[in-house]
Amino acid sequence: MTAASSALPSTAAPLPRQKSGGAKRVLPGFNLTLGYALFYLCLIVLIPLSALVFKTFTLSWDQFWTAVASPRVLASYRLTFGASLIAAIVNLFGGLLVAWVLVRYDFPGKRIVDALVDLPFALPTAVAGISLTALLAGNGWIGQFLEPHGIKVAFTPAGVVIALIFIGLPFVVRTVQPVLEDTEKELEEAATSLGATRWQTFRLVILPSIMPALLTGFAMAFARAIGEYGSVIFIAGNMPMVSEITPLIIISKLEQYDFAGATAVALVMLLISFVMLLVINGLQGWQRKRSGGTS
Amino acid sequence: MSGGATALRGSVRRAQAGTTESRLVRWLLIGLALAFMGLFLVLPLAAVATEALRKGLGAYLEALREPDAWAAIRLTLITAAISVPLNLVFGVAAAWAIAKFEFRGKAVLTTLVDLPFAVSPVVAGLIYVLVFGAQGWLGPWLAAHDIKIIFAVPGIVLATIFVTFPFIARELIPLMQAQGTDEEQAAIVLGATGWQTFWRVTLPNIKWGLLYGVILSNARAMGEFGAVSVVSGHIRGQTNTMPLHVEVLYNEYQSVAAFAVASLLAILALVTLVIKSVIEWRHEREMKALADLPPERPTAGAAAA
Repeated sequence: MTAASSALPSTAAPLPRQKSGGAKRVLPGFNLTLGYALFYLCLIVLIPLSALVFKTFTLSWDQFWTAVASPRVLASYRLTFGASLIAAIVNLFGGLLVAWVLVRYDFPGKRIVDALVDLPFALPTAVAGISLTALLAGNGWIGQFLEPHGIKVAFTPAGVVIALIFIGLPFVVRTVQPVLEDTEKELEEAATSLGATRWQTFRLVILPSIMPALLTGFAMAFARAIGEYGSVIFIAGNMPMVSEITPLIIISKLEQYDFAGATAVALVMLLISFVMLLVINGLQGWQRKRSGGTS
Repeated sequence: MSGGATALRGSVRRAQAGTTESRLVRWLLIGLALAFMGLFLVLPLAAVATEALRKGLGAYLEALREPDAWAAIRLTLITAAISVPLNLVFGVAAAWAIAKFEFRGKAVLTTLVDLPFAVSPVVAGLIYVLVFGAQGWLGPWLAAHDIKIIFAVPGIVLATIFVTFPFIARELIPLMQAQGTDEEQAAIVLGATGWQTFWRVTLPNIKWGLLYGVILSNARAMGEFGAVSVVSGHIRGQTNTMPLHVEVLYNEYQSVAAFAVASLLAILALVTLVIKSVIEWRHEREMKALADLPPERPTAGAAAA
């Protein structure tokens, strides 16, 4: 690798993409790789997703509206969005705290803690669901202390929030961590020498520089929580109107062979996913601009 | 001598005071962060282990010897063994096209690659039911030719491919973009074929990123629940993957058996995290080694940056 690169002119350093338009036809395989990528994308993602849209068009407007706006479905939107929002806010603060501690401080076992942050990405959601339920049920390790005080978490909307906090935990940590590592200590030193307290420095110097990353992580955790199914259904109790999430509505409509109804609700969820994807893309663009053009 | 060292330490401490917090605040924050992580990450893991071993090691092993559990493990392995390589080929192809060339619609394509991450797993399962199910587009044709996709293994594999679709591509695209095209161009100019260039120049540069994407996509493939649940039909011993088998056992109040199978998945998750960390640490060391190179060989550092 070093031999190959030392034979090259050293013009294209950290920003190689902008100026290398001339490279276009030197490298082979453009048609093959792009063609295959598009073919596979259409086959696996785009054509099946379009089936959802076409199926919805077979519904009349009234049928569609009854399917997506019946009281039971509306209650599920409220729960899904409310619980996702609360969980994402908890992760916003918890994730910032964990990222801060991992970047700024040294303590024994730090590498293990750092590696463990990704557990929710690696642990199957069903496993997370049953173990959180076991912890929070009336006879569980945590539940046994809460239940005597009249606090029920498992099989209530509060349980949904707990599961969604677990699922979304890595997002804020992993988006904020690299940005926090790159912040310039000189700015903080300058702030301090100009008389700012540590808290003022954090609020006025550090926080603005990590804000795009923080919001990106928040949006990702929120988007993931909205679609989450596996971990939630075990702990939610799944009572209609109370603790029934929207993905479960789709499943139960399917089990009653109400394909049209399931499709209509799924289309609503898909549109929300699109919006969240655009929001996240916008936030990431903002962050790239903020960090000076390097991706 | 010792006085000088103390003075030096004092000035270092004063210099740090501007950019860090008092010891009390520091330990308070560390404590809070560890408590947050312990509560949400360590306790659930510990609960899996305890619940699985509640009736002793004998009952645990007994639960894993069930034929249905074996069938679930086998199906999970097959599913991952098909879906991960397919997504690997796609990921490399997509990353090559997106990272090494300029073309119209590149930003759209990059967003579309990420799309499956944004879609709810349940919706992911549903779309395949709409295409291949009994009432779907291809349903009548498939029934006439006696091909089963939904409520059978092909449907499970398809749903798994969908949910793990972006992992490898998304890992490779930024990596290959950062590496640019200089090395590949040099290889081509020196007479290498496209394949030789890929195998000898590109692949060694991206191997860690590739492995990283593969293990993450494998973990998700083996652990997927929502999407697979919609298309599987939950036929015991036939179309139950490990996560679905956990659900079936759990709903039948076979808690020990459910947590026993779940513990295998938890071990898989931990192994994934270990491999992932090792890759990250290796990468960090390589970056540091490059940064420590003497300045008379600046191109090596620049190529890696």
